Parts: sequence; C-alpha cells; structure tokens
Amino acid sequence: MTNSIADIQEAKSLLVIGSNTSATHPVIATRVRRAVMDGARLVVANPIEIPITKYATLHLRQTPGSDIALLMGLCRVLLDEGIYDKEYVEARCENFDEFKESLKEYDLDFVEKHTGVPAEKVVEAARVLAANRPGALLYAMGITQHTHGTDNVMATANLQMLLGNVGKAGGGVNPLRGQNNVQGACDMGALPNVFTGYQPVTDENVRKKFAAAWDVDEDMPGEIGLTIPKMFQGMADGSLKAMYLVGENPMLSDPDIKHVEENLKKLEFLVVQDIFPTESTPYAHVILPAAASMEKEGTFTNTERRVQKLNKVLEPAGESKPDWWITAEIAKRMGGTTFDYESADDILKEINKLTPSYTGITPERLAGGDAPQWPCPEEGHPGTPILHTAQFARGKGFLVPISYKGPAEMPDEEYPLVLTTTRSLFHYHTGTMTRKSDGLNTIHPENVVLMHPNTAQELELQDGEMVKVSSRRGHIDIKLAVSPTIGEGVVAMNFHFAEAPANMLTNPVLDPVSSIPEYKACAVRVEKAA
Amino acid sequence: MNTIKLSINGKEVEVAEGATVLDAAKALGIEIPTLCHHPSLKPSGQCRVCAVEIEGQRGLPEACATPAVDGMVVMTATDRVMEFRREVLSGILAEHPRECPGCDSNQNCELQNLIEGLGIDRPYVAPTVKEKEVLADNPFFRRDYNLCIKCGRCVRMCHEFRGASVVVMKEVEGIQEVGTPLDLPLPEAGCQFCAACVDVCPVGALALLPREFEAEAQEIGSSLPGNQARFLKDFYRGGARKEIVKSICPYCGVGCQMIFEKQDGRIVQVLPDPEGPANLGQACVKGRFGIAEFVQHPGRLTKPLIRENGEFRDAEWDEALDLVAEKLKGYKPEEIGVVASAKVTNEENYVIMKLTRGLLRTNSIDHCARL
Repeated sequence: MTNSIADIQEAKSLLVIGSNTSATHPVIATRVRRAVMDGARLVVANPIEIPITKYATLHLRQTPGSDIALLMGLCRVLLDEGIYDKEYVEARCENFDEFKESLKEYDLDFVEKHTGVPAEKVVEAARVLAANRPGALLYAMGITQHTHGTDNVMATANLQMLLGNVGKAGGGVNPLRGQNNVQGACDMGALPNVFTGYQPVTDENVRKKFAAAWDVDEDMPGEIGLTIPKMFQGMADGSLKAMYLVGENPMLSDPDIKHVEENLKKLEFLVVQDIFPTESTPYAHVILPAAASMEKEGTFTNTERRVQKLNKVLEPAGESKPDWWITAEIAKRMGGTTFDYESADDILKEINKLTPSYTGITPERLAGGDAPQWPCPEEGHPGTPILHTAQFARGKGFLVPISYKGPAEMPDEEYPLVLTTTRSLFHYHTGTMTRKSDGLNTIHPENVVLMHPNTAQELELQDGEMVKVSSRRGHIDIKLAVSPTIGEGVVAMNFHFAEAPANMLTNPVLDPVSSIPEYKACAVRVEKAA
Repeated sequence: MNTIKLSINGKEVEVAEGATVLDAAKALGIEIPTLCHHPSLKPSGQCRVCAVEIEGQRGLPEACATPAVDGMVVMTATDRVMEFRREVLSGILAEHPRECPGCDSNQNCELQNLIEGLGIDRPYVAPTVKEKEVLADNPFFRRDYNLCIKCGRCVRMCHEFRGASVVVMKEVEGIQEVGTPLDLPLPEAGCQFCAACVDVCPVGALALLPREFEAEAQEIGSSLPGNQARFLKDFYRGGARKEIVKSICPYCGVGCQMIFEKQDGRIVQVLPDPEGPANLGQACVKGRFGIAEFVQHPGRLTKPLIRENGEFRDAEWDEALDLVAEKLKGYKPEEIGVVASAKVTNEENYVIMKLTRGLLRTNSIDHCARL
C-alpha cells in the first residue's frame, strides 16, 4: 500500500476494485465502513455483488478481465469532462499527451461493450471520484491475476494520478496483500530478481556487497532467476531437477493441478518444509517439520509495510523447528560459514546492515513496542506511513498509455461461461490451516459454484444440485448455488477446497511481466453432474 | 485547531473542538459512569447513566453525547445527578436476572461495577421478564438475551463498525429487544462471526462458548444443585492460571495483533488487541477462532520424514539435514529451484534467500506472491 490502513478513514471517496474486502481483509473492511459512516462515497467495481456493496454509492459489475476498459474509461471521462486534477498532473506527472492519445480507444460505447457496465454508471462513478477527493483506491488479486495484470495495476495508478490522489493522506494506490507476510517475503528478496529491499541482482555492486557480508565467492549469478510458474515449466522439460519448497502447497494453489502433479513427480529430489502434510508432501523425498507462527520469534511485514514483532506463544510441536533454524542447518552442512544464528534477532541485525529500507527497524526498537513502516532508513527514523508525498520514486509520475486486453481465454460455443475464482471469509488459501477448524468448517463446509438465476434457467439447472464444471484443463463436480449477486454468463467459486479444487479448471497462462497466472477468468462449461 | 475552555466540578479544562463533556471530564481525571458508551463507537446516549448537570440547561444531558462548549459549567456528581443515575440503574436491574455467580461475566461485568460505584440504596423488585431461550446457533458464541440490558453496543458495533448489520434493535410487543431480523439464526442472517459484539457487551448476554476448563466445570456442576454449580464455575474460572502473550495473526496481510490466552501450555482463547496498530481491537473469525485448532492439531508434522521405496519413515534431524545438504550439493545451480514462503517470517525468508543465492548460486527463488 502507498498509504496506511488507518489512512483509509481520511478518504472522501473509495474505489474498491478486484477485492472482496470483507472476506479477504475483514479488518480493512471495517475501515472502509467507518469512512462511509463518516461520509465518504464508496464505489465498488466487482463482477459479484460482494457484501460491501450494501453501503456503496455505486456498484459497477464489470465482466471478469475487462478492468482495463473500466479504469481507462474512467480516465477518459475525467478528461472529457475536464474534472481531473490539472494542477497535480501538471506539477507531478509526465507523458500526459501520449496518455491522452491512448484514451481515444476508450469511448463509452467501447467501455460498455467490454465491461457490461452501463455507460451512465461509468460517467457517474468518474464524477463521484472527482468530486470527493482525496480518494483511496484499494485493490487485490482481482486486479493482478490476469494475463494483463501489470497493465491493470498501471491503469489504477493512471486513474489515481489523474485524480491527484497519490502521495496524500486519504488517497493512494493500495494493493491489499493476501498472505500475512507476502510483503515481507518480497522485501527479503524471495524473488528471482532482487536481494533484500529490492536491490537488483543485476547490479554488480549489490552482489559484491552481499557476497562480502556472507563470506561467499564474489561471482554470484547476475541473471534473473525463474519464477514459480517458470520452475514448473523447467520441471516439465527436465531442466529443473531439484526443489526446496517451504510452506507452499502448489497442488492446490497453482493453476492446472493435473500438470503440477505430473511435474512434481518428475523431480529427482524434492524437499518440503511445512507444518502439516499437504496435497504436495506425498511427492517429497524429504519432509522437514516446521514450527508454526505461534511457536517462534521473528517479524512479519503487513500490507501497509509495517514491521511487527511475532512473539512465541507455544513451544514447537513435537520435534518441529523454526524455519530459520532448519535452513541455517542445511546451509552450514553445505559449507556456509555465516549461518551461526542463535535467534531471529541475530538475523534481523544482519538484515538491518544490508537493507537500506530496514536499517532503522532494529530488534531493540521492536522489543520496545514500536512497529515502524518502511522505508525506515536509519535508527530513530519515524518510518513512512505515506509514500510519494513529495515526488514519485522515479521523479515524476508516468501516465502509461495502455491498449485494451481482455482475458486470454474467452467464452466460446464449447465453453460458454466465464469462471472467476474467489475466496471465503471462513477459509484461507489452500485450507491447510482453516480446514482444521471445526468451527470454520461448520459455518462453511463445502465449495459451491455461484451462478445467476437466468443462466441456471437456460442450462436447466437447480439451486443446490451437483453440477459438473469443465474447462480445457479438467473438470470437477460441485454444488450449484443460484444467486443474482453474480452477472449472467459468469460463474465463481472458491479455491480453498481439495474436494472441489477450482484450480483443476484455471488457465495457467501468465502475465508476461509478473508471471502471475490468470486465475480470474477462464472459459468453462457447466452441466448436470453424471 | 480551536480549543474550548469549560469548567467541570469547579476545575477549568481546555479541550479540542469536537470533544464531548465526557472527554473533557476524562482529561481532568474525573470519572463519569457509562454503560452504553464504548470508545470504539459513536456516542448514542441510550442508557442515560452518564447524565450530568450543566448550568443553564434544563434536565440532565448525557455527558457522552453532549459536545463541550466554551464557558460551559458542568457538575458530574450532585445529589440530583446521583439520584437520577440510581433511578436509571434500578430500571435496568428490574429486568436483569439476579444470579451473578456462574454468569460468564461475573466479576468482569460493567453492570456490577456500576452498582458498586453508585451504591444502590433501595430495595428493587425482582425481574418479571419471561425466560428467553439461550441461543447457541453457531460454534463460536452464544446469546442469552435474558441478560441483555439493551445498551445497543452490539448493534452499533455490527452496523457502524463491521458493516454487517446482522443484529438489530427491534420492538417486540412494545418492548425493545436485540436480535436478528425475523429471528434468523446468525449463520443465516449473514453473520461474519468476528465476535466484535461479544467484545463490547458490558454484561454476560453475549459470551464466547466455554473454553476447555469451563467445560470441565460445567460437566461436574451438572450434577450439583443450581447455585452450587454456579459457584463451582466461578471457582474454576478464578483458579485458571492464565498466561498472556501478544503476537501477530498468521492469516492475511492486515497483521492484526492478538492476545493469546494460555493455560497449561495450550492456547485457550485468542482475542484482538486494542493496542494493535493495524487492527485497533478488531479481528475476524479466522484470527479469533481459527488459530488455536490448527497450531495444536494432532496432525502436525512432528518428525523429519525420509521417503524410501515409496514409503515415508521417521528420521532424526541430523540424518535428514545431512541428506538434504548432500543431495542439493549434487545439482548445478540452474537445476535447482527454491520456493520460499509468504507465511514464514522476514528472518526466515532472508535465510532461505541467503542459502539460495550464496550457496546454491542461483536466483531461482520465488514464493506465492502471485497465487
């Protein structure tokens, strides 16, 4: 998030797009609710009538995968009506003319045709956002999990720049990060292209700095490594032979599970480190038992870049060990000379030294109850609740011309419906944790596929009956839930359930820049279960 | 910002514009009793317990809902005020059951505190309300509206804060009652089970379902006559050796700070921490009710396992770690992929990253940021 969670309450308007906030980030949804109670106008853009639409000024129900048309369409209205923030754009942005030229494509007919949102609603939304500034834009995986996810994100930034909403309290482009420490994993360089604090692997000086600190040979590789989907392609063609897999369950979380399984089987050596046996552990050669979050010390970085101290509540179960201990032991046995850590604090001190944005986030400070937001470049620095206040990271904000792209797989005669994947308030990701809870399973026991009554009627299907959902990748049997909260021709289901795994159906095609799979739109067919 | 000067009980105080009389009193360290008021919620003035006298104003306005005004002269504890508060309290007590022992909120009840603070000096009639069924329609908490004092906190929390609007204040045969529309069970009414309503309930009307040790007391108590069973439950609760540790919820990216209550080495309850910077006392159903079970689940991996001839067998750490190290050494950098985790700590991701780049000599490291 460019801004803070608390900051949402300062917003005069909110655009929530591609996020079912009350299911995936319930506590952030309470801030949205408070903002609305205090008079903010809420615009929700989502293919489903999600719970927060109950208090929205407007709900734009776009077809899955048409977000570029919607966001650029909103930009076009702001320009056509002259209601964008001219002063802000002049002072802080660049490339306005080229950007304006690229908006020609997005007239209201075009926008309505692709998004299914009536033109007058698009106009009204643009007016609401323009008249109620500053406004915060919140998004989640509904924006990113597309073959054009990167373009979607840039389109959200374009809109917020035109509205003059970036770098201000109550504004911002705010991705709501899904996993508790997905922000931290990125910050720590668990990515193919960067070390900690986004220091690029392609920079020789950076590599030298880390090599010296780690007491290893200077010639660490400078070329960018493989993303997870590329690793799976490597397994398929035999070039990737060994894998060290920590706390992940690709057999349920990755697209096109059938292929995931074939590829895992091809590995010569797979080490899985986890707290539970999962759908993926049967393919391991060695399984290492890890301590759970509540059984260890360390830090997590939340969606607003706030680094918080994790305290040990329980002793580790059985002989399980904290992940840092396990990995350090493997490293020592491979000849690593700088892995003699006695505590998580020892490791954080090393991170402080090597990571400019984390320099001031020291163990002492966290022990004192502080939880600063990075960048926190020196000891005593207060942290940074809002990014880009004076200028953008690159100087001026670049308005990006974007041409329209829809989903890679469009409905056709054989597979006439669009499937989008969703999440439940009561379950989490692959269910490794939540499916163990009796209470949560009682409230939400099984997966359903959501369908509009008219679509159900056309297909002669009844609410509550078992149906077969098929795509080009595979098929599953699942219970049908008929509801007008979803648009005609679109169906949706959670991916938490191993009994009816949505990712049997999803399309493994990737965004070329981010390598994110297109979970949010693929073509399917629904019929009575055999 | 403009400030306002007023006097309370003869003491001058300066507060920011927008402050209430209650805020101003608090700034002076003067305590005004409250019941329907809650710091997380907007003032409602429903219960009238915080009534005060203000010079030049008729009646007794509520301190929680009356904005402080320049030059205001407030008296918080005159005989008239105290008498009025006792009268309000008598009205509440007339409808509130008298069996405190065994109540989930006994010794931890705002109504009890209020009685103690005000000192009820008159006999008050026993409640005449008919017994309502205790509602246990979900796995997490129960509702006993016999104990409800109609302060409206749960309704306001559900509506104003959580946006779920599942519990409402309604009129049944001329009497105000809290409940769901059409008396639907909570799962059908769209409840999100955040239990924020339970957190703000000042009495025992809303209570989390019994924790392990309470269940034991209940079982033993079931063979005892009414009052003895109640005392036994209190005894158990008082004797529970509770230890408290604050930590961070392991579910989503919000990073709610939670209070973990432990007993005999096990988590018995998880509550949102009002001091958590990201959550300010809020949480969701997963954080509250979905942590203890998975962490303490018997199905956890507790020993290293090595696969031999298609079967997994237990191994010691040294054997498993040596095997992994030796095997990984045998591959070229481009033949190895490492998947770190968005669920483990910063320090752990760092060490995994360091192993990958420093020793395995590859940049093929990633995690589930995209999934």
